[in-house]
Amino acid sequence: MSSDNTHSYTLVVKKACPTCELIQPAIRQLAQQLRLQVYVQDDPAFLADLEDVSSSDDSTLKYSFHHNIEIVPTLIRFDGKEESERIVGWDRQQWRDFSGIEDLGEELIAFKPGCGSMTEDPGMQEVLAARFASDALSARRIDLADAEDEMEACYERGWTDGLPVIPPTPIRVLRMLAASDRAASDIVGRVPPDNVECSVEKVAINAVLAGCKPDYFPTVLSVVEAALKDEFCMHGLLCTTYFSSPVVIVNGPVVKRIGMNSGGNALGQGNRANATIGRALQLLIRNVGGGKPGGIDRATLGNPGKYTFCFAEDESDPDWPSLAMDRGFGRTDSVVSLFAGDGVQPVLDQLSRDPESLALSMAASLRSVAHVKKFGMADAILVVCPEHRRVFREGGWDKERLRQALYDHLMTPGAELMSGVGGMTEGMPEKFKDKLLNKFRDDGLHIVTAGGTAGMFSAIISGWVASGEKGSQLVSKAIV
Amino acid sequence: MSNLTMLDPTSELNPAERQLLPRLDQLAGATIGLLDISKPRGKEFLDEVERQLLLLGATVNRYCKPTFARVAPRELNQKISVECDAVIEGLAD
Repeated sequence: MSSDNTHSYTLVVKKACPTCELIQPAIRQLAQQLRLQVYVQDDPAFLADLEDVSSSDDSTLKYSFHHNIEIVPTLIRFDGKEESERIVGWDRQQWRDFSGIEDLGEELIAFKPGCGSMTEDPGMQEVLAARFASDALSARRIDLADAEDEMEACYERGWTDGLPVIPPTPIRVLRMLAASDRAASDIVGRVPPDNVECSVEKVAINAVLAGCKPDYFPTVLSVVEAALKDEFCMHGLLCTTYFSSPVVIVNGPVVKRIGMNSGGNALGQGNRANATIGRALQLLIRNVGGGKPGGIDRATLGNPGKYTFCFAEDESDPDWPSLAMDRGFGRTDSVVSLFAGDGVQPVLDQLSRDPESLALSMAASLRSVAHVKKFGMADAILVVCPEHRRVFREGGWDKERLRQALYDHLMTPGAELMSGVGGMTEGMPEKFKDKLLNKFRDDGLHIVTAGGTAGMFSAIISGWVASGEKGSQLVSKAIV
Repeated sequence: MSNLTMLDPTSELNPAERQLLPRLDQLAGATIGLLDISKPRGKEFLDEVERQLLLLGATVNRYCKPTFARVAPRELNQKISVECDAVIEGLAD
């Protein structure tokens, strides 16, 4: 017996595929000699006139989706309910060997490749996943009433930071999840203040809310993981009466790949990646962690960066090491760094043409981080603009030389900083009177570069007053 | 507008349905607004409600909207929300 009666077979086709049209005589032979069920993806009338063929309408693509059909025609052999083997496209000898029918397709050409399955049309995977595999998503479903406006519904449920969010429908969340290899059910960590386990799926939902494109999702995941590291102290940072909140700085090839801004207005608005990556973390803390102003968030004034504060570093100068490189990563690593910081303090210096003068300006401005007479309390980031970088470069200074000069200029006798000095009660305690103090603890001042090419204005992002091991430290993580 | 399904972005520690705002735990010392919707004899009914609320130790503010057929004007709603802890609206006949 040359043909196979012990197994069952299915064949998936579409009318719009010329190969499927071509092989109709062979389909008839298969149906006559094997137990065959045919599934048609587009036109249910296709093959209806073919005698002996039992064809099924798969216009919902349910069968094709569940059986991962990528090409039509696909012929599958089953052992009971289990698939044992499949072949795709038309190769006459291969089909003869597979089916055991020695004269299969005698009058047909020997070979013709197949076409793409309709399940592979752009965007269809997520539509079908939402239709047939929505138990891959475990988040609670929120169904809206007919008259409910979906944008208002998000506001009314407290999901927003005051600005509108994108309603997180299953398809939008599936598209976001498709951008990462991680399973939706993977846990990324526990989110403060409620200390709730957070899945990749919940990160995806909040990334959708924030307005992220799926391209940004691996970066968002790394940002969340960095924020949840113990040394970043996210819980304390959220609760503080101080201004600070997470500031995200991105380095490496990912910056160009996802279109971030490291140039003009880098710390401002207008770039979708900058805006939404930072926002996704803020919304996650709010929604999953339960941290909200008026609740656990006790900030006296806060700062606008609590909507979002995320930018890319300008890495166009090969002689200027990036923040990621300062932290031990390579130039070609894509890295996110998180800093507990607040606002933007201008460092105007339009007259310095030598690096010594410019470094003195910067040091003088850095003294005012938190309070002019509080030393070793808050960390800071100095953002050096391109025109200031030029002054250093033309003066023969590299980044390390700048770092050292700032350290030297900020060394100050404790006696000048005492509580009461200058008529200000705020200041350092008595025990520091005879010591030489530095404005920043070791590893407390970070230097990055960003900004447009016109303007001699650098910036200070000052840090939380609980900096260092007792509070928050800058945390860097590679984007996987 | 809708028939939309959304996925919950929260920790799901709270019920999915929106909850009522917290109720007052006592009337004594609270400021209660009485909003007359301009149905006939509404004032008489609300006068009696006011009398009973005053006996319970509440402060009462009286308001009136121009017609029962339309929602209260926005300015009136905002005024009531600022001036009162709770409001009773005089409905129906």
